[in-house]
Amino acid sequence: MKLSKTLIAGLASVLCLTAGGAALAAGGAEHPRDVDFSFEGPFGTFDQAQLQRGYRVYKEVCASCHSMELLSFRDLGMKGGPFWDPRWPNPNDNLFVKAIAAEFEIADIDSESGDAITRPGTSADRFPNPYANDVAAAASNGGAVPPDLSVMAKARHGGADYIYSLLVGYVRPPAGLTVGAGQYYNKYFGGDLTSAWSGDPHHVPKGGFIAMPAPITTEGQVTYDDGTRATVDQMSRDVAAFIAWASEPKQTERKQTGLAVMIYLALFSVLTFFSYKRLWKNVGH
Amino acid sequence: MAHEGDPNDPNRRDFIHIAAGAAAVGAAAAAAWPLIDQMNPAADTLALASIEVDLSKVQEGQQIVVKWRGKPLFVRYRTPKEIAEAKAVPLADLKDPQPDSARVKPGHEQFLIVVGSCTHLGCVPTFGTGEYGGWFCPCHGSAYDTSGRIRKGPAPLNLQVPEYSFLSDTRVKVG
Amino acid sequence: MSADHESTYVPKSAFERWMDARLPIIRMGADYAALPTPRNLNYWWTFGGILFLMLVIQIITGIILAMHYVPHVDHAFASVERIMRDVNYGWLVRYVHANGASMFFLAVYIHMLRGLYYGSYKAPREMIWILGVIIFLLMMATGFLGYTLPWGQMSFHGAVVITNLLGAIPVIGPGILTWIQGGFAVDQPTLNRFFSLHYLLPFVIFGVVVLHLWALHTAGQGNPVGIMIPKERLKQDTVPFHPYYTVKDGFAILLFLLLFATFVFFNPNAMGHADNYIPANPLVTPAHIVPEWYFLPFYAMLRAIPDKFGGVVVMFGAIFVLFLLPWLDTSKVRSMRYRPAMRWFFIIFVVVALGLGWCGAKLPDEMVFSLGEGSNGQPIGMNYLWLTRILTFYYFAYFLIIMPLLGLRETPLPVPDTIAAPVLDHDDAAKVPAQ
Repeated sequence: MKLSKTLIAGLASVLCLTAGGAALAAGGAEHPRDVDFSFEGPFGTFDQAQLQRGYRVYKEVCASCHSMELLSFRDLGMKGGPFWDPRWPNPNDNLFVKAIAAEFEIADIDSESGDAITRPGTSADRFPNPYANDVAAAASNGGAVPPDLSVMAKARHGGADYIYSLLVGYVRPPAGLTVGAGQYYNKYFGGDLTSAWSGDPHHVPKGGFIAMPAPITTEGQVTYDDGTRATVDQMSRDVAAFIAWASEPKQTERKQTGLAVMIYLALFSVLTFFSYKRLWKNVGH
Repeated sequence: MAHEGDPNDPNRRDFIHIAAGAAAVGAAAAAAWPLIDQMNPAADTLALASIEVDLSKVQEGQQIVVKWRGKPLFVRYRTPKEIAEAKAVPLADLKDPQPDSARVKPGHEQFLIVVGSCTHLGCVPTFGTGEYGGWFCPCHGSAYDTSGRIRKGPAPLNLQVPEYSFLSDTRVKVG
Repeated sequence: MSADHESTYVPKSAFERWMDARLPIIRMGADYAALPTPRNLNYWWTFGGILFLMLVIQIITGIILAMHYVPHVDHAFASVERIMRDVNYGWLVRYVHANGASMFFLAVYIHMLRGLYYGSYKAPREMIWILGVIIFLLMMATGFLGYTLPWGQMSFHGAVVITNLLGAIPVIGPGILTWIQGGFAVDQPTLNRFFSLHYLLPFVIFGVVVLHLWALHTAGQGNPVGIMIPKERLKQDTVPFHPYYTVKDGFAILLFLLLFATFVFFNPNAMGHADNYIPANPLVTPAHIVPEWYFLPFYAMLRAIPDKFGGVVVMFGAIFVLFLLPWLDTSKVRSMRYRPAMRWFFIIFVVVALGLGWCGAKLPDEMVFSLGEGSNGQPIGMNYLWLTRILTFYYFAYFLIIMPLLGLRETPLPVPDTIAAPVLDHDDAAKVPAQ
């Protein structure tokens, strides 16, 4: 009886722990759409084909403005990653990774003269920032710095669902909303539109103004190697999955280890419980 | 005081207690492994464990120096005279006997790749100086020949030749 | 329970005799194992063991993280991500440490509530309780310092808010603020010293825990009935700590670890905040600055008081009132098992504490419930600010008004004479005590 009270107390506390986070969902934004990604849930894994398509979208659409500086090229070739190939257990040797890295120019110093040069990337390099620094980034983007995408799926409530929703959420602004220059209405982006709304004050539209124009607008904007039809929806899904992978490449390993740990702990608990019962069998308590 | 065999003796080695104890040991071992393994080189360190060197940068008779695993690596393009000199040395004259052929790749004898760390106490030898035309270490006077072998001075061993392979005629992968 | 039990350890080998004459730690270990412990301890008593394990886990994972973390404003965030991606099992160590802090606080709150319910703070155990409150304060400091280290948006702005609280102290406040910051704002000097202190404090906690256990062994272990066990009843009322409570504690620890593992492996960021994955930007303040969940009740109290310094006083007062607990409670009966009236107030107190936590996560202006709008367009009803004030009032009233008064007024249930009595009541067969 006492044990169950402990469990109930623990459960109540757990609910409070997670409530603290949930209560702070971005004010005023539409709740992200729920997408059935392959990596969701305790047994989820990434779909390698989707990650490859998502990388393609990142490279051709996003990389011109958004850095991914905490991700290295070699990470693309690691187990569970988009270009993992069992022929190269060491991702540094992966030929796809080397080819991808060579597509980027990395800032370096000439080893003889010491001049600043750029050279083709190697698998050990990180994804370069398209801008030299934040000031240059803001200057090229109307004052707003395009955020780094390395951990974007962890940096926003809703994760990959949010990223997908944002990309497809550029709808026509409702009549009565004044949209400023260089601003775009997106119903999934956080913000308070009260001051830009001239309609009924009790029905302020959800969403906010984002400085990025819709990046994925037309079908076929990216050509997929595997022949998948590149609709706006598909491209948005794929790049959201890629960013989710990039945000936590060890996700699948974490869940698989977790399953093993939970099973072991459960068995261990059962053994210990019976050991406990055996010990206390003839002792009044 | 209860004795062995008494069902009320809490110290009796019942199977269930042994099983629970064994599970505890297993859990401890499984928990200890990540704590130990995390000190092993991380993925980014291992990424730089091997590098590729473009040999077309090296002029004949010269060397380039690249950083490999935190140390300098000498990549030297030897002249035919230097190669001939290296081959002509009798093994009996060497403190650390090694034929030149064991220190280069067949068909690519003109390239000598060695770790630029003196085998005495680790100073970086200077190129092309010293009696034997190879390298000379200014710290304590070790002199290496055109095959990187120790000829004179306190260093005990030849300059280390790392593991490397030719990806093409102009590209090597070291490490 | 008396503390003057003799050591029953007899060295069995030559080595043991040698050690015993020079440094009797084997004797100490054997005495702890044989320690007579009340046999009626329930599962609420397992949290001490759980807490000790959590302290060890946090120290070990923390030392490992410190092997890879870089305490510099330009590299801290990236070094944490390096741990997550490149360091072997780094993701595991990091998630264990981050979720471990939350689990540590969960366990400490349950442990403290056990103390409140069973009167564990009452004489002769006042020092155990006081040392415990000191440990709690040190834990809060350690947790705060640790949260700043990843240098995310919440880390940075949380550090700004909390250090500015000290700036609210009259006269000396601004001087102290500059001294703590090491500059005119929270910046590199602040991060570096926070790292140093975060590494130090857990070892201070460890030292205070040793004192806490020493005080416990001196006064003797409490029990759910709340009576002291006289020496002549040791044989009937107690069992040796090992193996009876080592195994019971072990089982409770495993259940706790199961809960811990579900967070670490399947929902590792549930108790954190997404904004902390945005690198710190001193020029952009997050929409809602919130501390970690375990600080929410105190954060709520802080914001409930309109005066800045008043808020600081109330917040710290809420913890300092705990020091006075042994003297505020006038009841002659320790355990609330026999204080039915007080038990209701205790339950309300727990609900109030949870409620304060809930309020801490809300904006003060947000409405709890709304009954429509007034003529000026403002909603009518109760907002979280007022709910927080009501709950804060109860929090202090519980300690300062209810506890002293009710102890004198209430009629407690009859307290059993011995531990064995209620045990024999609830187990029909006469059980043979173990020895």
